[in-house]
Amino acid sequence: MIPWLTLLIATPLLGSVITLLLPKGEKSDATIKWFSIIWSLIPLALASFLWFGYINLDWGKMQFEETYMWIQAINVRYHVGIDGLSMPLVWLTTLLTTLSLFYSARTIHERLREFFFMFLMLEAGMLGVFVSLDFFLFYVFWELGLVPMYFLIAIWGHAEDRPLYSSIKFFLYTLAGSVFMLLAIIAMYINTSSATTPGTFDIIELAARRPFANDFLFATLAFWGIFLAFAIKVPLFPFHTWLPDAHTAAPTAGSVILAGILLKLGTYGFVRVLVPIFPQVFQANATIIAILAAISIVYGALAAMAQTDFKRLIAYSSVNHMGYVILGIAAAVAAGGASLTDRAIAMNGAVLQMFNHGVITGALFFIVGMLYERTHTRAFSEFGGLGAKVPVYGAILMTATFASLGLPGLAGFISEFMVFRGAFATMPVISAISVLGIVFGAAMLLWKVIQKVLLGAFNEKWSGLKDMERFEVVTLAPLLFLMVLVGVYPSSVLDTINTLSVAVLQALKF
Amino acid sequence: MPDVNFLLILPELILAIFGMLILVADLIWREKGHNALAWLTLLGFALAFAATISIWGASVALFAGMYVVDLFSTFFKLLATITGILITLVSMDYLRGRTPYRGDFFALFTFAILAMVMMASSASLLMIYLSIEFLSYMSYLLTGFLREDKKSNEAAIKYFLYGAITSAVMLYGLSLLYGISGSLNLNDIARAFASSVDPTTRVVALASTALVIAGLGFKISLVPFHQWAPDVYEGAPTPITAFLSVGSKAVGFAVLLRVALIALPAFQSNWAQLLAVISIITMTLGNLVALRQTNVKRMLAYSSIAQAGYILIGLVALNLKGASPFAGLNGILIYLFAYLFTNLGAFICVIAIENATGIVEISQYAGLVKRAPLVAALFVIFFLSLAGIPPTAGFIGKFFVFGAALREGYLFLAAVAVVNSVISVFYYFSVVRQAFFEEAKDATPIRIAPAVTFSLVVSAAMVLLVAVWPEPLLNLAAWSMAMVK
Repeated sequence: MIPWLTLLIATPLLGSVITLLLPKGEKSDATIKWFSIIWSLIPLALASFLWFGYINLDWGKMQFEETYMWIQAINVRYHVGIDGLSMPLVWLTTLLTTLSLFYSARTIHERLREFFFMFLMLEAGMLGVFVSLDFFLFYVFWELGLVPMYFLIAIWGHAEDRPLYSSIKFFLYTLAGSVFMLLAIIAMYINTSSATTPGTFDIIELAARRPFANDFLFATLAFWGIFLAFAIKVPLFPFHTWLPDAHTAAPTAGSVILAGILLKLGTYGFVRVLVPIFPQVFQANATIIAILAAISIVYGALAAMAQTDFKRLIAYSSVNHMGYVILGIAAAVAAGGASLTDRAIAMNGAVLQMFNHGVITGALFFIVGMLYERTHTRAFSEFGGLGAKVPVYGAILMTATFASLGLPGLAGFISEFMVFRGAFATMPVISAISVLGIVFGAAMLLWKVIQKVLLGAFNEKWSGLKDMERFEVVTLAPLLFLMVLVGVYPSSVLDTINTLSVAVLQALKF
Repeated sequence: MPDVNFLLILPELILAIFGMLILVADLIWREKGHNALAWLTLLGFALAFAATISIWGASVALFAGMYVVDLFSTFFKLLATITGILITLVSMDYLRGRTPYRGDFFALFTFAILAMVMMASSASLLMIYLSIEFLSYMSYLLTGFLREDKKSNEAAIKYFLYGAITSAVMLYGLSLLYGISGSLNLNDIARAFASSVDPTTRVVALASTALVIAGLGFKISLVPFHQWAPDVYEGAPTPITAFLSVGSKAVGFAVLLRVALIALPAFQSNWAQLLAVISIITMTLGNLVALRQTNVKRMLAYSSIAQAGYILIGLVALNLKGASPFAGLNGILIYLFAYLFTNLGAFICVIAIENATGIVEISQYAGLVKRAPLVAALFVIFFLSLAGIPPTAGFIGKFFVFGAALREGYLFLAAVAVVNSVISVFYYFSVVRQAFFEEAKDATPIRIAPAVTFSLVVSAAMVLLVAVWPEPLLNLAAWSMAMVK
């Protein structure tokens, strides 16, 4: 048995240490860049192999599991595994990391060694969260990703966007949520332990044992404690205020990872932890959560529409898009007599939306970053008519934008359609209100992004503007390919997800 | 004196002998060899450390029950000697150029460690009082050791005045305890209270408990007995600040635990409530005031006040019934062990910078990552540990202490504690912010002495090791608490 998942986490961690040890000298910058990019291909290759290397793997169950006792006294185990929920996200993490490193090699010029060190460390932290099946381990990785992101925003952030303020805000917000999760984790352990047997931190075992089964009050407290940690990360209204600041201040690659992966840690937690361990409490509160999701959807779209800054607009559009994910999850476990099929469709849509949002918004942040590199501004008022001046850029931006607003044939449509198709079965009113978000979202993207940037009168200031360079096209090509692939052939990703969704919902026995 | 096995008090004997040896050696080597004195001190601590390990597992009451050698005291003796070693390593460089009387310094410091060791083993009211006074006097002298420095003098006087008052208050409490129980021995006191339910006795006992807590609260720097701490921490020679914030706090807890557990278990519900309130006030006040500090020593002073509040949670939520890893007591021991390396590490970072440049203002740490990358990087690790963020030792400590609170149903206390640890990140990271994100005004590299680098790396390694492989520490704590039951 090869410990695939351990290798997957250990590779970037080891890589980050190596970047610190690479020799200093004139050529050290180039060495660090190339080493990091090539090294990051290893986790990508590993993840691709795990996902596509085996035929007929049952993604509804944990695969490639490894379990070792870690802390005997409190029954903490090093337990990792991967299933249809984590596999697409793990793969996306490795892909976006490689692309980010590749792009950053050309665009980051200061403190290179620290940058690549932090980035690989961040990758290890994110992968660790996705594959951890022990809550203690999960928490360690959860926090491990926090520190590098803090440094990425603060050091390489744009000076005019208050990176120091934004980075500590990001850190404190996330931490404030996660400490309550920590208390809930310990409380669950104590609740599952008895005089003779130790409790458990194992997420799978907790799902089977259902802590606080006879104590709805404590179950509710624990639920909301964990909910807070995840909701801040997603971010769900009203916990979203850190996001626009962090996104705007972060360097391009930081924003890509933040939007592409870090936000998914929250929604991933909903499906991995909250649904299986607290199904009753979740069901009892599904309406409240769905309402928060609907507010995020509508408010996110409207707030995005009000932005004058391109990057801030994309940031708010994340609030809107992540709202669909939460709506789908809440609808999948909502009370009522909906069939398993309806629930599974909602859940499939939610999980696929995580993947799609990572691809699409990741691409959009790259695209914004590329424009900013050339113009050093992101104000919509400065742009206009760029579509004719830089046609390749225009085409790519248009594709990503259409994918984002849910044009059929591109990725976003599939997942959003599925979320609503499933959600209407259990929560018709909230879903109907949320659909407004689609309208506002489309309006916001068409009006602001397409019209203000690509169409309209050309600003002569940019007469010297250069079109996409080859490395930029290379960075975006895989993401554009995925948008089209998932759009026209969704089962490429959905087959894996569907097995998982059905398995998760069946285990709940509604 | 009938057959006392002197091997059992070997650590104490070694420290006493080395303390005097250093004084004599100082006279002989007056002109040269100041570093030789430091090495002699280190040798003493190393031998005492080895001797402590050699009596591992012993559980004996000596000198008519006044002095106990058990695993609980052994645990604290290990902490004391480790503190001694790390502080001596960084003092060598610190004292150079600041004072010519290094021999006196090391002798007094050795005696201070001896006092810590004795406090850990004291099992009678008299012995407790004497060893606390012993430690206090050594601390006063060491705090005022920089005779030319006004702040150091002021700190010593302040410390002395506060100390004298609280020790008088505590003595009053101890005498009341003696008066109503008729014994100085902790076990006998417990027996007296177990049988007596006389309401008058109860009132007096509660009053004396409060007075004793006041006296020990001074050592541990609990609010409202903390006012001395910031000024003393700022004025004292920085290695001594580190010592006060770690060593003297740890043994303060040792005595508090022993008194509370052995002598006063009958009143647990009373002192637990009192301590719960003190804990909440202590951590909240410590953290909020730390936010405003601009001097790194003062900031760490308030931080260490807050830390005392967290540790106290373990005592509030103490429950030794049923073998649970969240019994409270082991949480305190784990926390103290983690805190030892974490806080010492943070202070050693401060000392490393102060030795080379004299800087103690946080704003002057700008660009530290370019000037002293190792120190800057380790600062991050120590601060993460102080804030309780994994993967660090501080996280393990908080995990068990907060867990104890949850197990006993102190939900509010646990919630206040975690909110506090989020607040603390803000001021800890104000140092990180200066060190990593601000431009250096003066970009000359800072040279760090090898001994300082060594103790820094050891502390950081321990902080990470405890997080990655906590099993040995958990076992150590479990054994140490088994002896108290």
